Formats: sequence, structure tokens, C-alpha cells
Amino acid sequence: MTTCTLTRQQIAGRLIGTDTDLLVVTGLGGTCWDASQAGDRDLTYYLWGGMGLAASTGLGLALSRLDRRVLVLTGDGEMLMGLGSLATVARIAPANLAIVVVDNELYGETGGQSSHTAGSCDLAGIARAAGIPDSRIVSDAAGLEELAGAVSSLGAAVRGPLFAVARVPGQLSGPPAELPPRDGTYLKHRFREALMGPHALR
Amino acid sequence: MTAPVPLPVSAPVTWPDALYDTLKQVGIDQIGHVPDAGHARLIDRCEHDPGIVVTGLTSEEEGVGLAAGAWLGGQRAALLMQSSGLGNCINAIASLAEAGQFPLLMIITMRGEWGEFNPWQVPLGRATRDVLVAVDCRVLDVHRPDDVADTTLAAARLAFDSSQRVAVLLTQRLIGTKAFR
Repeated sequence: MTTCTLTRQQIAGRLIGTDTDLLVVTGLGGTCWDASQAGDRDLTYYLWGGMGLAASTGLGLALSRLDRRVLVLTGDGEMLMGLGSLATVARIAPANLAIVVVDNELYGETGGQSSHTAGSCDLAGIARAAGIPDSRIVSDAAGLEELAGAVSSLGAAVRGPLFAVARVPGQLSGPPAELPPRDGTYLKHRFREALMGPHALR
Repeated sequence: MTAPVPLPVSAPVTWPDALYDTLKQVGIDQIGHVPDAGHARLIDRCEHDPGIVVTGLTSEEEGVGLAAGAWLGGQRAALLMQSSGLGNCINAIASLAEAGQFPLLMIITMRGEWGEFNPWQVPLGRATRDVLVAVDCRVLDVHRPDDVADTTLAAARLAFDSSQRVAVLLTQRLIGTKAFR
């Protein structure tokens, strides 16, 4: 087993941190906290519900803006609930979409029960078999640098879809002192306004 | 067992073309669907339209995410499904689409309500309307081919201009009862 030396904060910070153009959809709980701690931003749509829909939401977004890079940053439990969407993403194959699963092998928001990835379930293998050839497992800083480089040149030098499992076994992420906004309608409006300008709300 | 006698369908069938024209008229950019016989012609029309991106889904709930994502990016999506597929979408409609007040236009072909041959289709066909109402969707029925365009137009306006979740139910009387051979 590879040694895992990444932290959750490192992953969200490196992938989202200063990349102001990136369009982001998060999962629920852990990755929602991680993304907000990397810096709350208008072009992040946090899921506070709708478990299993992060990848398909990212797909609809990616197809609507082929000129922009889209990152889905989600957890292993959330991804497991939407496995079918990996087959759908592979089928449509948007070049501008990356899905990164922060895999702690736990359901962090519900008491830390172990998830399927703690056992034999290999999400990167599932994604590859679903038809996403660029499907990686990232365990250390060097791998994260490579992944960040790929995300930054998504749709250009790197043709998506890209799938990655960033391994952080056992790492939990508590809610930050300041929670990200949790009104889905507000998040929607601010995302659209930031992307399309004031006419988005008219 | 004996194959059922197909019930008569008003011919010729042109309402899928009227539906397609209306979806174009209201600026639909994306279609998400799980294939359904009643939607076959519409899906085919959309797939031959370079102005519409058609996404075949593994399960209908993905379509609710797809539509929300499309809206975040400034596009309009419509979902095509069969009434049994609605059951796969409930949490998605409530927890994503309603919670974020996303527009959602669903064109649903009905099963289990009019001369249905397959008893497995009846329970959710019977529950479709109640389930939609329970998750705060507007429900517009179409019984006659002549009403397809108007009703779809009204539904699309309600969805995209007034940020509502709207289902157009294409009743089994309109689409005809599926016959197995």
C-alpha cells in the first residue's frame, strides 16, 4: 500500500486556491468544508444536499461552458451514490471536466462509518472501466502537483474528462468556524452573476 | 399468454415534432434522458440537431443534476423520462432543484394509467402526480396531440421564467399503449 502523505486542506488549497477562473461543484460535508476553507468564492457551487449529484451537476455545467474548466471536488461516499454518472460522463466525455474524489474511506458527516473504499472498492478502477482513461490515484505532494497541472490545462493540453482519487485515509474535516453560505438559491444566483454578469439575474 | 390487443392510436403521430419545435422555440440547449419508447422520435430529432447536446443517463436522477449544472452555466435543459423514472429522481428534485429554486422542465411519458399491459408499471404510474406535487412540482397534463405544443410552451415559461419545477405528463391516451409482440 502506498503511503499517503496528503492532507485534505492541501488538496482543496492546491486545486482551487488561486485558480480564479475554475468553476467548482463540491460534494456534501467534508469537501464542502475543504473548498470553503480554501477560500469562499462566487464560482463555487456547494452541495448541501442532493447526495450523488455532484458529478452530474458538474457535467451539465461543463457542457454549458465548454470554454471554461470545471472541477467537481467530492467525497468517496458522495461519489459512490452517483457511480452511474461516471458512465455518463465517460459517454459524453467533456474535455473541460475533472472529477476529484477526496477519499477518506469514511462517511465523515454521519459518525465516521467506513465506506466501500475502505475495502476492495477502487473508484479509480471503476472510473477507468466506465470509460475515463485518465483516471489517477494521488497519494503525495508530487502527485497533487501533477494533478493540479492537469486541472489547470484542462480542455487544452489535457483533454478531459479527468478522474482522480486523492487518498486521505481516515482524515475527517469538521465544519469551518465560518460556514460557507448554505442557501442554494443564493449560491445559484451568485454563481450565475459571477459567470454571466448582471444580466443573469434579469 | 395471449399478446394484448393494441389500443387504437390517433394517426398520424406528429406530436413529437410539435414537442421538438417547442423545445427549440424556448431555447433548450441540453436534453437529458433515459430512453423511452414514447420519446423515441423526439430523442432522434434532438440527436440530429447540432444545437442540442443530448446526454443519455444511466438513471433519471442524474438528469436533475445535469439540468441544475446547465442552468448554473447559463443554459436550458429539458429532461425526458418515463413515469417510472420519476421515482428515481425524488431526492434530486427536492434536495437539489427545489432547495436551489432551479428551473426544471420534465417531459414525462405516462405508463400504467390507460390500458396498461404490464402490471409492474401501474403503481408508480398511479403515484406520479401525487409524488410530483409532494416535491413542489407543477403538473400539466396533455391528453390530445393538439395540446402538446401549447402545454410545453406554458411549462417551459413557468420553469425558466418563474424558476419552477414543472412536469408535462404525456398521458398514455396520447402516446398510445405499448404493445408487446
